[in-house]
Amino acid sequence: MQALTNRVKVLDQKPLTFKERLYLPAIFSGMLITFSHLFKKKATINYPEQKRPFSPVFRGLHILNRDEEGRERCTACGLCAVSCPAEAITMESAERQKGEEGLYREEKYAAKYEINMLRCIFCGLCEEACPKDAIYLTETFAPANYSRKSFIYGKPDLLIPDPTKEPEAFAKAQGGIKAHKEKVR
Amino acid sequence: MAEEKKLFRVIVDNIPVDVEPGTTILQAARLIGGEVAPPAMCYYTKLKGSGGKCRTCLVEVSKGSTADPRPMPKLVASCRTTVMEGMEVKNITSPRVIDARNGVVEFLLLNHPLDCPICDQAGECHLQDLSYEHGKEATRYEFGKRTFEKHDLGPHIQLHMTRCILCYRCVYVADQVSEGRAHGILSRGDHSEIATYIEKSLDSDFIGNVIDVCPVGALTDKTFRFKNRVWFTKPSDAHRHCDKCCGKVTLWQRGEDVLRVTARKDQWGEVEDWICDDCRFVHKKASDWIIEGPTQVNRHSVISQGHYVGMRKPKETISEVMGGRAPKLLMDIHSVSEVNKPDVDLGALPGPATSAVFNKEKS
Repeated sequence: MQALTNRVKVLDQKPLTFKERLYLPAIFSGMLITFSHLFKKKATINYPEQKRPFSPVFRGLHILNRDEEGRERCTACGLCAVSCPAEAITMESAERQKGEEGLYREEKYAAKYEINMLRCIFCGLCEEACPKDAIYLTETFAPANYSRKSFIYGKPDLLIPDPTKEPEAFAKAQGGIKAHKEKVR
Repeated sequence: MAEEKKLFRVIVDNIPVDVEPGTTILQAARLIGGEVAPPAMCYYTKLKGSGGKCRTCLVEVSKGSTADPRPMPKLVASCRTTVMEGMEVKNITSPRVIDARNGVVEFLLLNHPLDCPICDQAGECHLQDLSYEHGKEATRYEFGKRTFEKHDLGPHIQLHMTRCILCYRCVYVADQVSEGRAHGILSRGDHSEIATYIEKSLDSDFIGNVIDVCPVGALTDKTFRFKNRVWFTKPSDAHRHCDKCCGKVTLWQRGEDVLRVTARKDQWGEVEDWICDDCRFVHKKASDWIIEGPTQVNRHSVISQGHYVGMRKPKETISEVMGGRAPKLLMDIHSVSEVNKPDVDLGALPGPATSAVFNKEKS
């Protein structure tokens, strides 16, 4: 039969030679290879202390952005949910009342916002669809957990810290977004 | 025998069509259908006197008629120009028309706030469609846009004057469909606004139809305000026995909740039959209606997203295997998800949901 590719290797089934039957030389040459790896560069890192650099387009857990005054940017327009191929995003909107102007940027806001991280495929289409600069994917993994409930991320899990209360944490979160944008560009 | 009516032969974009004398160019083009029909923001077939205001339906008449074959010097508004025998009209085949329409769209958007992410009309907005069709979804206007004092039009109708394009359709509806007009256009020019002059709510019957005729999000349903996005609600045709109107409506549902009731619309976005305010605002329960089936939605519309038309559900085999017993589900979706809680009935709320609605449920 004609071979389909030129990668075919004919199996050599000759009986073992005397040297091969001695067994120990092969064992020692194998152990020599293992021993030589002690002096080579390590392939692993000490994970929690050391971290591998992310690719500039890495897409991890989502965050919901705030503006400089600490108001939520999301207006529950539903474009992230409609663009989501995994249908992982749901929300319920409400009208901003008098006295809530410091909390929400616009007349309408997301009263409930949920991302099901079990469904999410981290494609980043929600980030692209957002007209209000409100949702971003960060360089964080979704942590492992035992219960399903812990993978349904609500607004408390997603919102970044309030700059009026925790300016440092806000600056850190904002810096992440900024660096991310610059790298992608 | 009755005298046979003479038909005029008109050619729109090289497609001939025979129409009765007195037909407008727009109607003739709509008989052909498809892309040949010019867009219309202010013209409404069922409202007498409408049209001629927005200028989006401009077309070029390259041959006036057989008797006088000279072309018309300027572009004409097709909704108000009647056809002549042998008239030749160019719509999408004329670069002049395309250029003029792009300009018109940009002018319409000049003072438009472009707040589609908040607007309840988004997804079924004619201005949104028009601007995307003409590649004018962004504005070049750098100055402050006109703003207005807020007018309250009563418990059912929400007015956003900044979104208005002054098409006058709602004024004609109040004149011709409902009894007694309470609103109109005040002031002139740039200051013109829809208002009731003295704060007076619109409450005559059938006034809810102004919501359906509004081509933009200027007049929206307060009972639907911020409840959900249009494309996440499922439209279905329904009817009920109503002694005031025909009772044929489209229900917009989320699950079992009826979030909104509108009149049925034809392919040009025009209402098929006017419906009364009772049907529109009061009957917000699925049990009030006899549901006929899902509304046919154009598949190019965003509203058709998530409608798995013609989907075949796989057969449930578990109960068969278990001798007729249904499987016991160990997880209730409401135990893990905060959204769409069963104790919050959005459809029953008279207005938009507020923080109080969601906080009450927590305590």
